[in-house]
Amino acid sequence: MSVKRHPALVVAHYGMLILLAVVCVAPIILMFATSLKLQTQIFNTGINFIFAPTLENYRDVLGEDSFKRYLGNSLLVGVVSTIITLVLGCMAAYGLARFRFPGRKSMAYVTLLLRTVPLAVLAVPVFMIWSQAGLINSLWGLILLYVAVNLPFAIWLLYGFILQVPKELEEAAAIDGCGPIKVFYKVVLPLIKPGIAAASIFTFRIAWNEFILALVLTDRATRTLPVAASLYITDIGVDWGKIMALGSLIAIPPLIFTFLAARQIITGLTAGAVKG
Amino acid sequence: MRTPAWVPWVYLGPAAAVMAAACLYPLLSALQLGFYDWSMGTPWGEAKWVGLDAFSRAVQDPSVWRSLRTTLLFAFVCVTAEMVLGIALALALEGQVRAMAFFRTLFILPMMIAPIAVGLTWRYLFDAQFGLINAILAVFGHAPVGWLAQEDTAFMAIIIADIWQWTPFVFIMMIAALANVDGAVLEAARVDGANWWQTTFRVKLPMVMNVIAITLLMRLIDAFRVLEVIYILTFGGPGDSTEILSLHIYKTAFVGQRLGGAAAISVLLLIVVAGLSWFALRLSNPLKDEERS
Repeated sequence: MSVKRHPALVVAHYGMLILLAVVCVAPIILMFATSLKLQTQIFNTGINFIFAPTLENYRDVLGEDSFKRYLGNSLLVGVVSTIITLVLGCMAAYGLARFRFPGRKSMAYVTLLLRTVPLAVLAVPVFMIWSQAGLINSLWGLILLYVAVNLPFAIWLLYGFILQVPKELEEAAAIDGCGPIKVFYKVVLPLIKPGIAAASIFTFRIAWNEFILALVLTDRATRTLPVAASLYITDIGVDWGKIMALGSLIAIPPLIFTFLAARQIITGLTAGAVKG
Repeated sequence: MRTPAWVPWVYLGPAAAVMAAACLYPLLSALQLGFYDWSMGTPWGEAKWVGLDAFSRAVQDPSVWRSLRTTLLFAFVCVTAEMVLGIALALALEGQVRAMAFFRTLFILPMMIAPIAVGLTWRYLFDAQFGLINAILAVFGHAPVGWLAQEDTAFMAIIIADIWQWTPFVFIMMIAALANVDGAVLEAARVDGANWWQTTFRVKLPMVMNVIAITLLMRLIDAFRVLEVIYILTFGGPGDSTEILSLHIYKTAFVGQRLGGAAAISVLLLIVVAGLSWFALRLSNPLKDEERS
């Protein structure tokens, strides 16, 4: 069934979509625009869309010795926790999907509940325990925490995808002499790639963007970029140009992922609630 | 051939161990910590057992109740506005449009970028001196407003930022749900003489009611977890007008250095969130399908 709609309706439809898109994107563009302004241009009140862009703020931010360290920390934490989360998440999701065993239900429900724990609640005891265990101010302590925080979501997203893989395919591969690891690698993995993409993006995004746990658990040497950005806000005031430059730099990887893999991200967002 | 009982745990063990060590154990410790008086930096051996003291102090502390009130009001206003706006927009804009994939990509951007960037951007937009919002007001001859310096307007500011960030989530969930509604049912309703209003409210929305409910719960749970955007935007101020529970916990622990007190308030927040999660599980349980068969 296809109904030909009145052209005016089509125009109104697009008009509204464009308006919404502008509302969503304008603040982000403003952040990038502000990062290209000098402090004097920022203090220049009023609406000024036309200005001479400058890379001064980026030069300042990138020129600081500590920037490279923070960037390195952020990348390491983001990449390593994503890899570990995905490996452990795939294994756990496979175990939940393929076996029936005592304790399976409790494991499933505890995992689901852990997804909703507020990070502020976690920050207090983790700070205490990490302090005693010598994990404080260490990137591995932060990675361990990010893996734990991201696993519940990764497991449930991948679980849904693994259920779709026909068991017969695995059995056939097993008869052909493949061991469990090879079966997973050759049969399951190729079929759940969209799920792996979505889980990777969500995990990396959390590890890359998160700053409350990182603020509590790191020091000058192990700080990540969002923590560094938050420290630009002082009682004296905010150096808007520099902080927006840093904010823009932090925003770039998630923006790239969003444009590359919007479909997988939407799959991840709607997983569990909407079938299809 | 039956699989031995230990085989599943080869797959689940590592993930279970990490979650137990870095989530479950800390949460249980928070509960325990609530019974102790312990200052940061001192050895745990010096912690004093204070029993239910911290809990009863938390319950009697007016700042905790103010914070709870702020949190509830924040969650209620944000989630109501996001649900109404998101559902209305989805109903108005559903249907195949050629560039829909591109628009959806733009709509998820506010959720994808770092909360710290969101907080900074809105702090800049609301700035009294050179914020864009006051600049726009000035065009209409309005005097500049100190958005983040007054209690009411600061509260409005954190709500507006949240609505901006999360209404697209409701919209996208609803668009996906509405796309799954069987067109034949709607056609049948139309043939029976139902008008747009009746088709929408009597047929379409009831068919996606489950998705609406689960979206509502997901938003509510997240509204109780919000911390980072507000940390950057107002840090709870002015006064404690925007100090939601998460931020109150953070400040009690890491500004006031009272970890035991913070742990006691954490338990309060955990109970609220666990209750909501329990409802969410009942509505959308991934194991539900296999129980029926």
